[in-house]
Amino acid sequence: MPVPIQPLAVSAYTATSALGHGLESHLAALSATRGGLRPNDFSSAPLACWIGRVEGVEDAALPAAHAVWECRNNRLAWLGLRQDRFLERALDVRQRYGAARVALVLGTSTASIGATEEAYRRLDDDGHMPPDLRRPLIHAPHSLAGFVAEALGLEGPCLTVSTACSSSAKVFASAERLIRLGLADAAVVGGVDTLCDSVLFGFNALELVSPDPCRPFDQARRGISIGEAAGFALLERTGMAPHAPRLLGYGESSDAHHMSTPHPEGLGAELALRDALARANLHADQVDYINLHGTASLKNDEVEAALVTRAFPTTTRASSTKGFTGHTLGAAGILEAAFALQAIEHGLVPANLGCTAPDIACGPQFAWEVEQRRVDTAVSNSFGFGGNNACLVFGRAPA
Amino acid sequence: MSALQVHVEGIGLWSASLADFAALKAQERGEPVTPPPARPAASTLPANERRRAPESVLLAVEVAGQAVAMSGRAAAELGCVFSSAYGDQLISDYMCTTLAHAPTELSPTRFHNSVHNAPAGYWTIATGCHAPSNAISAGHASFGAGLLEAATLCVSEQQPVLLVCSDIAGHGPVGDMSGSQLSFGCALVLSPQVSERSLLRLDLMLEPHAGPMLHPAPRTGAWQEANPMASAAWPLMQNLARGAGECTVAAAETLALRVVMETAA
Repeated sequence: MPVPIQPLAVSAYTATSALGHGLESHLAALSATRGGLRPNDFSSAPLACWIGRVEGVEDAALPAAHAVWECRNNRLAWLGLRQDRFLERALDVRQRYGAARVALVLGTSTASIGATEEAYRRLDDDGHMPPDLRRPLIHAPHSLAGFVAEALGLEGPCLTVSTACSSSAKVFASAERLIRLGLADAAVVGGVDTLCDSVLFGFNALELVSPDPCRPFDQARRGISIGEAAGFALLERTGMAPHAPRLLGYGESSDAHHMSTPHPEGLGAELALRDALARANLHADQVDYINLHGTASLKNDEVEAALVTRAFPTTTRASSTKGFTGHTLGAAGILEAAFALQAIEHGLVPANLGCTAPDIACGPQFAWEVEQRRVDTAVSNSFGFGGNNACLVFGRAPA
Repeated sequence: MSALQVHVEGIGLWSASLADFAALKAQERGEPVTPPPARPAASTLPANERRRAPESVLLAVEVAGQAVAMSGRAAAELGCVFSSAYGDQLISDYMCTTLAHAPTELSPTRFHNSVHNAPAGYWTIATGCHAPSNAISAGHASFGAGLLEAATLCVSEQQPVLLVCSDIAGHGPVGDMSGSQLSFGCALVLSPQVSERSLLRLDLMLEPHAGPMLHPAPRTGAWQEANPMASAAWPLMQNLARGAGECTVAAAETLALRVVMETAA
């Protein structure tokens, strides 16, 4: 078992998703149990499903100085960076510590593959990409972190984590290690994934896309609704922001089972959870809220519900917020970290939107309706293809 | 800035001309070497998985298997970091081509093989490894950033770590963008403590604001220039083969990582 870590302050954070731009719109939607899914109006060919699309991405043009990074994914990143004064906070941190002392660790599953897809739809007669898209930087997984590093002027360690749906949860772990070893004094972490044909038709090919709005943990769930999101957080040592909520722990594991199906007994998920609680020096009964991975796929929800039921007391509340935002894939880790942090800051346990007839595996921990209650400790689960699991623990700053 | 110290216990290498690290050492001594078969053997994978696995997975698993075998450690106990600048470019080319013409005909298997962590997934499944696995990318700095991430994990957790850095040859319009024209992979098993397994020690130091130093050297026509990962990894691989030397690799756009090698004593 790992040894407990020194908590880090989450001195700023922000989220942009189908629920709106910035934290306030997310809080409002969660408080009112108002979801953001809509019928698919995105894919390049018709596909009958529901999506969590962010309004206004297309209009968020990058500043001219960064035009070489232009693509829909980086537009969403740019839109997300400008919410909740995050850009100013990040620039302030750069000023305080120096550009080379601030790490940047971002998660994404598909980066700007949407731009590569578009280039293939518009190949010229010789089979080459059209001139406006002949920009190598955007046809690589590092496109997002490369753009954000340039936009924020950061010169510290800079990493793209791409482990499918756990990507932007694992960024907290990599950043904590860099700070613990003194290789950075602060870190900008986060993730961005945008809707694209690859994921819409890819998950459709795997028969994992629901024709209706997704229904996490419902007996009649029929698969996921795909969404898009951007989220960022700033990590520093607690002395620099004593009142900010904290990253208390994280856990990572591999299922070693199957590329696209979770371990049937949730072995990897439980290892990640135990690892996270050990690092946070907490017992399961000290967890007030769990934001579940809860994708509404048949297998994930069955396995995760059983894990919650066996690992937590009934005082722990649990819900999936995928019914609000869709599954934002590589951005799910950071988006749901933001929900966990909002639960602590505002005493809000979001409803498990979309479920009317709970799966029999679900225990009394599930919050089917929104609840107002004090949350001191919140966990967020993220499990990805390839059996890649991550679990985060956040907590309130001591009074 | 204080150095991160890691001990190298195993080294894997594969290119079209070099089958493994022993071949590189032989080449350094001026001896003739036999090139490997066109397809990496990736014998760590069960036969049915080997048939199904995409080329990026075969390459990564091949070098990972070599490094772990040399270290004598059990693969299941090693946390792992897989770094690739471009992931599986053959699958990217297939997917973008199919999506442009017949999106509903996309292959489900090729889709789940398209995730950047497919090599990490196949590797952990084949070796029964439940330890944390990571899949990262950092553009032209993917080798140095991978080495930094692996060394950071190794030292902070005081656990041995497997680092795998690999990129296959590109294909089609997306291959034109990557500039990767041949396949190359290398792998290291790193340990925080010196032991009877230790081959060499690496001292790693960050050198910030090193932009000009990290600009690519003028092209000489050497084979490794046709794969950005090979080109970045080559100075360290040569030092490893010679058992001495120091080099500087890019860990980010303007961040250098100085790698000083000390022989185990």
